[in-house]
Amino acid sequence: MVTFETILGHRIGGVLRRWTEKVNEINRKYETPRIRMSRGVTIALLFLRIYLILLVLLLGYKFWTLLT
Amino acid sequence: MDIGSTFFYKYRRFIKTLKIYLFVAGPGLIVMLADNDAGGITTYTVTGAKFGYGLIWFLLLLLPVAYIVQEMTVRLGAVTKRGHAEAIFDAFGSFWGWFSFLDLVLVNWLTLVTEFIGMTAALAIFHIPPVVTVVLVSIGMMLMVLQGKYWTWEKIAILLAVLNLIYIPAAFLVHPSVGEVLSIGLIPHFPGGFNGTLFFFLMANIGTTIAPWMIFFQQSAVVDKGMKEKDIPWGQMDTLIGSAFTVLVAIFLVVVTGTVLYGMEVESAAQAASIMMTTNPLLGTCIAIGLFNAGFLGAICISLASSWAFGEVFGWAHSLNMKIREAPWFYACYLFALVTAGGVVLVPHAPLVLITLFIQVIAITLLPAALVFLILLLNNEEIMGKYRNTTLQNIAGTGIVVAIIVLSTLYGITTLFPELLT
Repeated sequence: MVTFETILGHRIGGVLRRWTEKVNEINRKYETPRIRMSRGVTIALLFLRIYLILLVLLLGYKFWTLLT
Repeated sequence: MDIGSTFFYKYRRFIKTLKIYLFVAGPGLIVMLADNDAGGITTYTVTGAKFGYGLIWFLLLLLPVAYIVQEMTVRLGAVTKRGHAEAIFDAFGSFWGWFSFLDLVLVNWLTLVTEFIGMTAALAIFHIPPVVTVVLVSIGMMLMVLQGKYWTWEKIAILLAVLNLIYIPAAFLVHPSVGEVLSIGLIPHFPGGFNGTLFFFLMANIGTTIAPWMIFFQQSAVVDKGMKEKDIPWGQMDTLIGSAFTVLVAIFLVVVTGTVLYGMEVESAAQAASIMMTTNPLLGTCIAIGLFNAGFLGAICISLASSWAFGEVFGWAHSLNMKIREAPWFYACYLFALVTAGGVVLVPHAPLVLITLFIQVIAITLLPAALVFLILLLNNEEIMGKYRNTTLQNIAGTGIVVAIIVLSTLYGITTLFPELLT
């Protein structure tokens, strides 16, 4: 089985493995949002997603114009 | 009761109230005066030089804006006993949690770099090399947190925050015409007409008033201080006084530069201080000291905001009431942020201007999310109970949040595409 330790060595691989485990533990802990997904909350989160997607597209466009 | 007894009673009552306030005061006052950080001082300096007293009325409008947003963090922190990063993870799940946390860490680190730029530029006026500034500041900031008591740290920070008021006596040094300040400054108008440049400055002033780190910092500070529900009115008063001071400092700085530098092309507070040093050394010294202090106070709060967030998310011990051996990761994060941000300033030909612009763009990815989460959390009865937003608070809060999101987004976009303003 390929692990972080076999690829990166015992010390660095061990640190990375512990970090990954910690992140997974946090993800499990907060897997279910505590807040009730009412219509208002759903709309607000949808707005945020759209806002961020548009912003990323804008940043990508700027980056592309800088390159060309 | 005779007049003497009534006066004595009221005096005793005032002193008692003041004593309680001084005991409870802290997070609101510190976060608000730290809001006038190196970037904020630069914005107000350039605003005064560009528009004179013409935008003082606009700065006054920012008082309720700052208060309404930050007051919500006081209630949220006191009720949930959780920092903002942890509150987002808990309420909205790991996706929004990681997004907010990583964005915060990035934008805080970049802002920290600008605080070091401000501090090194301020002390360069006194011929102190940047490397000396960075080393001394880093040592000073570590010593501030290492004594293991939140209370001591807070009182030192308040002393530094008070030094931010140096712009008030500085304004008296330039002998402005009070009549002109009041007649031009207090009547709402757009100096030179409403154009792209003016709009950019209005947005920049709003951008410096509410920053993402402020929300995270104040909520975590309220939790670390151990404030409870019964302390909320004091926390609100603390935030209100802080908001008044932050606007007051901004106005007095605009009066200084509006009097001395009006019509001149000024790009930074350090440049303004250098110009003033040649004509009025005392004034130039005040501006330079104020800039250094602003950067120092901003740097303390920003690096703490990141360290608290790390602790909350990863479950590490994260309190200024703990010694290094009790909360090693908390202090390691604090030191790491300081050393790396300070190090960047010392790198020859580092793209510091690009970093400053980049912050404005990255901040607009985080600010709307942090503000929307704040409103949603404050409206959740299960989390907030009787401390949830009232209808009036929601109308004011939502209106301000929407306005901030629109204007800060436009600010970020015009930073990316400056040709849109022409």
